[in-house]
Amino acid sequence: MTTTEPTTTELPTRRRGSPIQALLHSHPSLGPLVVLILAAIVFDLINNRFLNPTNLSIMLQQVAVVGLLALGQTVIILTAGIDLSVGAAMILVQMLMAELAIADGMPTVLALLIGLVGALATGLVNGLLVTRFRVPPFIGTLGTLGVFTAIGLKYANGQTLTPKPGSLLLWTGQPIEFGSFHITVGVLLMILLYLLLGYALGRTAWGKHVYAVGDDAEAARLAGIRTARLLLSVYLVAGLVYGIAAWVQIGRVGDASTDISSTLNLDSITAVVIGGVSLFGGRGLVLGTLFGALIVQVFQNGLALAGVQDLYQQLAEGLLVIAAVSLDRWIRKVRT
Amino acid sequence: MSSPVLAATGLTKSYGRVEALRGTDFELRPGEVLAIIGDNGAGKSTLIKCLSGATTPDTGTLLLDGEPVHFRDPQQAQAAGIETVYQTLAVTPALDIASNLYLGREQRKKGPLGSILRLLDTAGMRREAEAAVKRLGIATLQDITQTVETLSGGQRQAVAVARAAAFGSKVVILDEPTAALGVRESGQVADLIKQLRESGLPIVLISHDMPLVFELADRIHVQRLGRRAAVITPATHSMEDAVAIMTGARAA
Amino acid sequence: MSGVGKTGVSRRLAVSACAAGMAIGLIALSACSGGGSGGSASGTKVALILKEFTNPYWISMENSAKAEATKLGVSLDVTAGNSDDDTSSQINQIDQAIAAGDKGIIIALNGDAVNSALQQAKSAGLVVVAVDTPPIPASAADVTYATDNTQAGTLDGRWMAAKLGGHSADIAMLDDLANQVITVDVDRDHGFLTGMGIPVGNPNVNGAEPTSGHYTGGKGGSYSIACQQPTNGSQTGGQSAMETCLSKDPNINVVYAINEPAAQGAAHALSAAGKSGVTVVAIDGGCGNLSFVANGQIGATAGQFPGKMAVEGVDAIANFAKSGKKPTNQAGQDFFNTGTQLYTDSAQPGVPSITSGAAAKLCWG
Repeated sequence: MTTTEPTTTELPTRRRGSPIQALLHSHPSLGPLVVLILAAIVFDLINNRFLNPTNLSIMLQQVAVVGLLALGQTVIILTAGIDLSVGAAMILVQMLMAELAIADGMPTVLALLIGLVGALATGLVNGLLVTRFRVPPFIGTLGTLGVFTAIGLKYANGQTLTPKPGSLLLWTGQPIEFGSFHITVGVLLMILLYLLLGYALGRTAWGKHVYAVGDDAEAARLAGIRTARLLLSVYLVAGLVYGIAAWVQIGRVGDASTDISSTLNLDSITAVVIGGVSLFGGRGLVLGTLFGALIVQVFQNGLALAGVQDLYQQLAEGLLVIAAVSLDRWIRKVRT
Repeated sequence: MSSPVLAATGLTKSYGRVEALRGTDFELRPGEVLAIIGDNGAGKSTLIKCLSGATTPDTGTLLLDGEPVHFRDPQQAQAAGIETVYQTLAVTPALDIASNLYLGREQRKKGPLGSILRLLDTAGMRREAEAAVKRLGIATLQDITQTVETLSGGQRQAVAVARAAAFGSKVVILDEPTAALGVRESGQVADLIKQLRESGLPIVLISHDMPLVFELADRIHVQRLGRRAAVITPATHSMEDAVAIMTGARAA
Repeated sequence: MSGVGKTGVSRRLAVSACAAGMAIGLIALSACSGGGSGGSASGTKVALILKEFTNPYWISMENSAKAEATKLGVSLDVTAGNSDDDTSSQINQIDQAIAAGDKGIIIALNGDAVNSALQQAKSAGLVVVAVDTPPIPASAADVTYATDNTQAGTLDGRWMAAKLGGHSADIAMLDDLANQVITVDVDRDHGFLTGMGIPVGNPNVNGAEPTSGHYTGGKGGSYSIACQQPTNGSQTGGQSAMETCLSKDPNINVVYAINEPAAQGAAHALSAAGKSGVTVVAIDGGCGNLSFVANGQIGATAGQFPGKMAVEGVDAIANFAKSGKKPTNQAGQDFFNTGTQLYTDSAQPGVPSITSGAAAKLCWG
């Protein structure tokens, strides 16, 4: 049906949903930030030791390892994948680094490097399972969770390895003071890696491709993106981040053992989800994950300071996750 | 008669036991709009996928400007100058218009910022995206930074066509561009295609929309049962003739 | 050559074949390496189900069990849950033991949820030996070998009260789990409170004691419970819990920790915060931890004898296999007390203890 309009074409625009929906849509980390600030204010009102510099330092140190794990997890989840092996890989790498440096007497720098290579290897295994063997990430990483756990336990054989004071392995536990507020090198590393990956995801072609593959992998492929290569790179990057997390873990606790919480994978996913990153891929910022991890820490710490039973902290976490996913579904309704 | 820009002979392609193409020939002349019509299962989509690199034919040859070519993936076809707008649109809803336009071909900033830090020239890409969109005469994509998923079907179509127009140097292929659109929006996309034709790029148009086909096409390739049944023109045949050849009620 | 159609199918088959091959290989490997004896002694098969494989306490118990099994020519199959609260894996492992025709099960249970599986094992004719953690009710197992956890906690509490010498106590209670109630957790916690002369509030759960008041142990004095935090019995957990407790109340001077890893973590947090003069008590008695007792980071620890539990357990089942006589607890008792002793280098009058040096002969691991 030809029209006799001039050469410009008018195309109809549709309503974008409520203004709040649109705002949250374009700034997916806004929700978590608001929750974080509100929670901090409320907990400080209940117990004014909450916003104490010492307490703030404590919370940052407590969140460092999970924060890093959640960072790697974020990149994977952005591609509509998931990594259930994250904690097990970290524990394994941590034992590897410690064993090489302490038991085998290798120079610490070398032990660290080999540990990081080991971390990359775990990422490679997961990545190949997903790209070469077309195994869904949930199932593939569920499998590697078991494999990495078993290897870690066998390798460690129940020992706890303690680095000598001053060892490079403990460097990540070194405090950096700003008056009564102090963070550790590990916390700094976490912040640096968040900045680095935030930059990569937001300002480079690789980042755009990550979002594209997560949003619609077939569309990305047709647009000319090498999706298999991109996915592999994502798992490798995550693996490397887990390796750094292993180093931070040793520095924080002062030794390496397998006696670490077995829910690290779920903790990392919780932080990602609460941070407004969509489990369905393609949406969210690493900044959101940082907020998410901090929110969980704030609730844990705040409830403890308020003298509330630990059971309620688990309840709070569960409710936050449900709220975050529901919010994500609502925001996604901004489609035509 | 000038030599064809894009040609294929004897293309076959099977998916398991299903023979989608059984020896299809194809020819696209410079500057023309060639429509491909055919019933469901005739092999139109498969033919397009072979031309665009989304799939590789089992046998047969593909010639671009007279030279044989083999496309292993869509990127190779794009590099050769063939741009395709797929039926499923192949746009990323979560990213903005400029990002979509440049998906897979992002531009980095000049100098060390671009080569070492891999920083994208976002401002530059936005500017060029606006220009590309204007060139096609699309007026109401006011905000080049809005995400594609907030756009209507017609607008998304426009983004996809704008991308093809911006990067296509040899051929533009449009697979069912109006299939999901209403009457008014279809008309507007038809105008878009006319704009595209002005640029001189040859266009391959697959469509079920007979009036659209007969309005826009210079020649019409009729695909039937995995082969090219006939090539007709709107001047020499009517819509009824075309449908008859498509369904086999009539030979070419 | 995109992976659609035929190539995709054959790729799937290849993956499945590889996975199946690996699985078969792993089963073969475990069949060869599993078992504490030289592998060839058939006859009596025993399943040892530990809480998890991460705490060295369990590794030590595993080693003692294997040694005894080798001595008796018994075949031992060792498994564990994934964490201190993982009852699901343990239930599977109990089922496997029944299916494998084991003569008996030695289990350090992670929670009540395993009770019905244990009942099925008993019905199938297996002997059930509980170690370390007495089940609730005690009858869920034929016999239990455990430390009297209440006694262990009480020793800690009495020692602490004596050491305080009448000063006020600002107490941090670092328990094990948040999401399960198990005997070990409650008994030790309540034992400590009782030893200190503090009422427990509710005999079934932790955290119900009055948060401040007067303790009657030692010379007696005032107390307040500054915080009650779970640690999962791990070092990281202990560290985080202690940090949070200090944030809440920087004047804590008494710390009860469920076990030595948690106590180590707490000690780490205390030294990082520059706190001195804080006394930490724990329960475990691991050889690797005696240095902390020697340097005072752990004031006192109530030692356990997991090796003894393991040996008694293997013996009981071997005996059952030979004579058909099922083991039972002593009349009137819920479990066999494998004993506990206080290890400290700061002995207090009225509280029996031995030094860390002497403990080197008794410790495990």
